[in-house]
Amino acid sequence: MGLRGTKVPHKKNTAALASEALPTPPVVTIPMSMHIGKPAKPVVKRGDEVKVGQLIGAPDGFFSMKIHSSVSGKVKAIDELTMMNGMKVQTVVIESDGLQEKSDEVKPPVVSDFDSFVEAVKNSGVVGLGGAGFPSFIKLGVKELTRIDAVVINAAECEPYITSDTRTIIEKSEYLAKGIEAVRKFMGVQRFVLGIEDNKTEAIEKLRADFASTDGVEIRVLPSMYPQGGEKVLVYHTLGRMIPRGELPIDVGVIVINVTTLAFIGEYLETGMPLTEKCVTVDGSAIETPKNLNVPIGTPIQNLLDFCKTKAEPAKILYGGPMMGLAVPSADNPVLKQTNAIVAMDEKEAKPPKTTPCINCGRCLNHCPLKLDPRAIARAYKLGEAADLDRLCVDICMECGCCSYVCPAKRPLVQTNKLAKAMLRKYLREKEDKK
Amino acid sequence: MKKLMSSVSPHFHGAITTQKIMLDVIIALMPALIASNIIFGLRALLVEAVCVAVCVLSEWGFEKICKKEVTVSDLSAVVTGLLLAFNLPVGIPLWQAAFGSIVAIVVVKQLFGGIGQNFANPAATARIIMMTAFSGTMTTWVFPDGVSSATPLAIMAKGEGDLPTYLQMFLGYRGGCLGETCVLALLLGGIYLIARRVITWHAPVAFIATVALMSLICGKDVGYQLMSGGLMIAAFFMITDYSSTPAENIGKLVFGVGCGLITILIRFWGNYPEGVSYSILIMNILTPYISRLTRAKPLVGGGK
Repeated sequence: MGLRGTKVPHKKNTAALASEALPTPPVVTIPMSMHIGKPAKPVVKRGDEVKVGQLIGAPDGFFSMKIHSSVSGKVKAIDELTMMNGMKVQTVVIESDGLQEKSDEVKPPVVSDFDSFVEAVKNSGVVGLGGAGFPSFIKLGVKELTRIDAVVINAAECEPYITSDTRTIIEKSEYLAKGIEAVRKFMGVQRFVLGIEDNKTEAIEKLRADFASTDGVEIRVLPSMYPQGGEKVLVYHTLGRMIPRGELPIDVGVIVINVTTLAFIGEYLETGMPLTEKCVTVDGSAIETPKNLNVPIGTPIQNLLDFCKTKAEPAKILYGGPMMGLAVPSADNPVLKQTNAIVAMDEKEAKPPKTTPCINCGRCLNHCPLKLDPRAIARAYKLGEAADLDRLCVDICMECGCCSYVCPAKRPLVQTNKLAKAMLRKYLREKEDKK
Repeated sequence: MKKLMSSVSPHFHGAITTQKIMLDVIIALMPALIASNIIFGLRALLVEAVCVAVCVLSEWGFEKICKKEVTVSDLSAVVTGLLLAFNLPVGIPLWQAAFGSIVAIVVVKQLFGGIGQNFANPAATARIIMMTAFSGTMTTWVFPDGVSSATPLAIMAKGEGDLPTYLQMFLGYRGGCLGETCVLALLLGGIYLIARRVITWHAPVAFIATVALMSLICGKDVGYQLMSGGLMIAAFFMITDYSSTPAENIGKLVFGVGCGLITILIRFWGNYPEGVSYSILIMNILTPYISRLTRAKPLVGGGK
């Protein structure tokens, strides 16, 4: 039997729209942190001339990333920006000359074995493009390759509005094939399972046609049920394996990779152009003409809104979809590497619903894919009972939002779970320290 | 540009609200309300109106006095009022009906924290208190034509008097409380609630099946047992109450079976002819334990 979840509105208004190029913005603001790990260090200074694909941020240690210029032009400033989590991060602000000249550094990589493949992935600057931003070279750079018997390609795209993965499949399926071939050749994995929700008919047809004769690639069409694209959910629904608490997909012999990430790796191996441009779905109730746009990374969100026109003043803007997306503080914030959508909501759509008392209906736990009990978690959190939170396994919560979505009392359950997770982490750390 | 709103995900919410759920329950109770007035005459409407009005007023008053947020707009007090009225005989003095309403809302619901917090079913508990306090008026069953009749369960228990036919039982023409007699109306309401996913089938089916099976084993008439007393109204409207019953399906099954067994025990071996209200209250008390024992384990994987 499948895991629990909920039906959310699809609103895939842009699924059939070919992606368009956004005109090069006059200024881009490129943060040094668009990944999980240490921020990169700027290697350019004010006044430097830069070109597209040129390194502007070097990794600070192993768990960090390379960052490249998305435009050609002149570095205007090394500045600072407040990110969604409230952290300040350095940015490189570049004034574009509009020419989009390619840097001499851009050359197709020479890849001959596993190590050079991982090195190439590292040099491409790619991170998990499904939204997580985890450095791909770390994910793919596994020590014991023999542990992996399958790669799960995440093309579920279960969030409302977002269609950028769908468009990538339709428009760049040859690069996806190249990415798959590279992983097969250099990592020795023979089985690829691509999970996609059944509401993406055009993409499914394309995949079936293009991969019909490719051995070892399974196209698995899954019901459109949120959160089908959650890592644990997808691995369970494609391979029947449950990733244990506190462990990673690799512990059940799997690597999960987003379809756009893998297609980008395929593209990079051919062109050598690092991650400087992103396909972004622009939609939401405040947007007049929703589109998929190919956008230089660092482009202010406002430029995307202007290009797609707004029919109402945006009251809330999200990086990502409405279920798990992050509210951005300002429309001046830039498009990041891992941004797959910009959702701009009008006043009505953005208005948070009124919270009323919990009626104990149990909808939250009956819809939780991981069978957590948000009511009990909320109680334990309120009472400060960290040991109970441990027993209730709040740490495995993936914050998919099903509980909050189905709650008739509109309780902020995800928010409570996040706070409870932090409380549990602190408790476990202190317990560890005492030993 | 205006300041952008910021909040934790999700940024979408389902359309369902507490008020919409309660409205669905009220809609599901309408067939029984109409039936009660056809069967017992328009005094039924008076009793129902008094119970609803007093329930809503006492909830409003209690919350005002305690300086709590007023929650009457969630319509749960209307549901309690209707259910209590449906558990009273048509001849009940109005002041007694009002008293029962205050007990249901203030004592059983609000003193335990209001909606979602009460461990016992307000209507069932208020009915039990009224049975004790007003045992005369609570067991006098009169039809509009002035003929008084014992309930089928009392007739069966005593072994004297004429039992109504199956058809009369199904349509509700028998001695009993206002909303409990018309099986047809209650079934319609119950199916509506299941179709609207306000309730699940688990507790009602477990309850009804247990009573049917035990009646069969004990050699009683299954049809009369199922259509008598408060069994049908309890099955769909009272043992499906959110706050006083388990939230998970296995727990709901256990709850239904427990209610069935206790009902049978009281009906066949107890001093009272009817045991549904008591069975609900006893199982309400056991609910935290049922929930704990039947709780789904978080999917931690690895066979742990």
